[in-house]
Amino acid sequence: MEGYIHSTESFGTVDGPGIRFVIFMQGCPMRCKYCHNPDTWAIGKGEVRTAESLLEEYESYKEFLKNGGITCTGGEPLLQLDFVTELFEKAKQRKIHTCLDTSGITFMPENEQVVEKFKKLMKYTDLVMLDIKHIDDEEHKKLTGHSNKNILAFAEFLSKEGTELWVRHVVVPGITDNDKYLHDLGYFLGGLKNLKALDVLPYHTMGKAKYEQLGMEYPLGDTPAADKSLAVHAKEIIMEGLKDRLRKKEGE
Amino acid sequence: MAKEFLQEWEGFNPGRWSTSVNVRDFILKNFTPYDGDESFLAGPTEATNKLWQQVMELSEKEREAGGVLDMDTKIVSTITSHKAGYLDKNLEQIVGFQTDKPFKRSLQPFGGIRMAQKACQENGYEVDPEVVEIFTKYRKTHNQGVFDAYTPEMKLARHAAIITGLPDAYGRGRIIGDYRRVALYGVDLLIEDKKNQLATSLVRMTSKNIRLREELAEQLRALDDLKKLGEIYGFDISRPAKNAKEAIQWLYFGYLAAVKEQNGAAMSLGRTSTFLDIYIQRDLEKGLITEEQAQEYIDHFIMKLRLVKFARTPEYNQLFSGDPTWVTESIGGVSIDGVPMVTKTSFRYLHTLDNLGPAPEPNMTVLWSKKLPQNFKKFCAKMSIRTSSIQYENDDMMRVTHGDDYAIACCVSSMRIGKEMQFFGARANLAKCLLYAINGGVDERLKIQVGPKYRPVEGDYLDFDDVMEKYEDMMEWLAGLYVNTLNVIHYMHDKYCYEKIQMALHDRDVKRYFATGIAGLSVVADSLSAIKYAKVKCIRDENGIVTDYEIEGDFPKYGNNDDRVDSIAVDIVTKFMNMIRKHHTYRDGVPTMSILTITSNVVYGKKTGNTPDGRKMGVPLAPGANPMHGRDTHGAAASLSSVAKLPFRHAQDGISNTFSIVPDALGKDSQVFVGDLDIESIAKELNSDGV
Repeated sequence: MEGYIHSTESFGTVDGPGIRFVIFMQGCPMRCKYCHNPDTWAIGKGEVRTAESLLEEYESYKEFLKNGGITCTGGEPLLQLDFVTELFEKAKQRKIHTCLDTSGITFMPENEQVVEKFKKLMKYTDLVMLDIKHIDDEEHKKLTGHSNKNILAFAEFLSKEGTELWVRHVVVPGITDNDKYLHDLGYFLGGLKNLKALDVLPYHTMGKAKYEQLGMEYPLGDTPAADKSLAVHAKEIIMEGLKDRLRKKEGE
Repeated sequence: MAKEFLQEWEGFNPGRWSTSVNVRDFILKNFTPYDGDESFLAGPTEATNKLWQQVMELSEKEREAGGVLDMDTKIVSTITSHKAGYLDKNLEQIVGFQTDKPFKRSLQPFGGIRMAQKACQENGYEVDPEVVEIFTKYRKTHNQGVFDAYTPEMKLARHAAIITGLPDAYGRGRIIGDYRRVALYGVDLLIEDKKNQLATSLVRMTSKNIRLREELAEQLRALDDLKKLGEIYGFDISRPAKNAKEAIQWLYFGYLAAVKEQNGAAMSLGRTSTFLDIYIQRDLEKGLITEEQAQEYIDHFIMKLRLVKFARTPEYNQLFSGDPTWVTESIGGVSIDGVPMVTKTSFRYLHTLDNLGPAPEPNMTVLWSKKLPQNFKKFCAKMSIRTSSIQYENDDMMRVTHGDDYAIACCVSSMRIGKEMQFFGARANLAKCLLYAINGGVDERLKIQVGPKYRPVEGDYLDFDDVMEKYEDMMEWLAGLYVNTLNVIHYMHDKYCYEKIQMALHDRDVKRYFATGIAGLSVVADSLSAIKYAKVKCIRDENGIVTDYEIEGDFPKYGNNDDRVDSIAVDIVTKFMNMIRKHHTYRDGVPTMSILTITSNVVYGKKTGNTPDGRKMGVPLAPGANPMHGRDTHGAAASLSSVAKLPFRHAQDGISNTFSIVPDALGKDSQVFVGDLDIESIAKELNSDGV
């Protein structure tokens, strides 16, 4: 089958372990205020590619991609779940490390069919990078336009499935740099057995230019870029929350 | 050569090197490979810090003075022209400056008196009238010789900058003397060897043989002068060096003699670190020196290399974006039997970037191989991230052609040390050549006929086949003119500005590369791609000359690993090189080509009009084989893959790619990224803490 691809990056160093071939999939249902890839939102656009052609492209960079593999990101790659499943299945046949970078928004814990499809995909997925935008549901809605219920359910699903998980969190001044929320996030993460890494990113304003190019208004306006120290602090609070959860467990 | 194993060599393994001049054999029989890490390295000594502080103060004064602190206007620089100069004689482990004091630039008129005058004038100095008279009336210079022989067509092509950066008014450089020979053999043995070369040279007096005999005699005189240079600083370098400090000093005298004699465009050092390591290792093992001392010798040596300075014009500095000397030192590499040639001194050289701080000179160049020790690779990466001062070259590729004792001259030109040299030929502007093809040889900027009056492109839109046919014709013309121009230049350089001491540190029968070069490759590839895959409309001025282009639609761009356009770049390189190969070269030079401009692409861009890829007049060409800025949109591996397709056998003088990356793009920041989380073990740990 064919997928809609926004673009590819031949030398990804921050989208999973090692140096990776990164596929940006076209289309996203989320409208996160700080999204720096608004050009990937529109559904049904982009370049039409087969899984084979993407794997061929990957092969041409093999020499460069030490300890890496393929990362599917976007956009929201799981809008094209069947395509990603086929791509990862074929990648695993070639013994390529596969990583899925997702918001988890398309997961539906109550829909058996959907869960089955996710289970199949997880068979071929070595690592999931999950972006948890906000731990508080109301705040999450404000920030992204959607509830975080399914996203958190997806994290727990992965924990049960045993798929390795990296969690990413962006610190936005005035929106997510709140110690209570950060602690809550950590507390939630403490319950995930499969968590292998935590990545706290300071919010940057490099996406602004794209909005201007696209003639769109930048939702975060003049919100300043976060200083790295904010992210360092946030990381510490999240780790505290995580440890508090684990401590409780031991006490139970 | 030596009749017996000399006492200075005690402790070294003998070999062919001890009965004939053969530095490579000496290195292979004696070096100690090192695969450990950098923990053994020593910081700067007090003397090093003091000296460097002094250098920094002088540098500051030089900057305040507008770029030049002092110039010699009277004494013509030769190997023995000046008395000894020092920073602080008591502190310097390695001594010697080009003139009688640091930061004083020497007067070198043999390349061209007018260039020497201009360099002085524009910095507020005046060359002594008597010197001017001598080099105008009585002693012809390289520059005058060249212009005596240039054809009007050559002058015009040079003026329009379709052939550009030519070494016709300054020293050509790019020759590396085997300075190690001075340390290993001492000057007397080298003189004896040279005399033997002369005695066994052909005596049938053809112009070729006469020239060789004259050159060998010149070389012998230069070696005598080299000994005198040692004496000026109180050393007897007629005998071999007996310890590490002497080895560095002797080697440096060889190099110093070269930069006193030649103001070459690139005065590279060679491949000295592993050679010197053998001496340092011997002294360390004998307990004669400590690691601190070893590092101090290297620091002071590198300090001297950083202080090599030439009198140059602001234009020259503009062309090269600074005041470069290209003191390139090649480090590492692998021997042909597969042993990495990394030693502790390879680390010590790179460590000077910490001890003295980062600097562009000497141009530390790592000969990179997959087989280099992991620890060394890691150290290089660390130093690159910290200092951005290391250049990398592909040893696995060059070893095939040049073996394991080659070095890099300038940025990318590889040659076996003491056995091969090159005639530096600057470059032909292929982007401009494409515009000539479109306009029938009329220069788009000067609006005059420069190339042959071929039929220009007709109609509103460019047709790929039509343009390509015209372009090939124009490239044929350019290749011929270019090679012939270089023939004139190198004939005259040999005649009036011969590199006596550098060639004295070569074998008699050297292989000469005839190094041509091209600029504007990515502009050409993208332009032809635009013509082929999009529609390119010509905009003509009132005289019908195409001066601008409108592109309708998108097209594949070089730098994205897209064969549709990358194949055009490969094709152009191959075609132009084959055109170069058709022509007679001076002294049977083996033609090669480089795709290299690290800084001069900026000036070339200024002189090139609008191009069919959408680049505007004056915008810099991409450096070397780089894709045009911002057009490589698929990341570094795609960009590098496009460059890697260029055929080395048709660009054997080197392909350069300038790569910059922000540190954040190199990977996760450990301050905000917690890798290797293990929930279970954290829980366990907390549990045991809690009890």
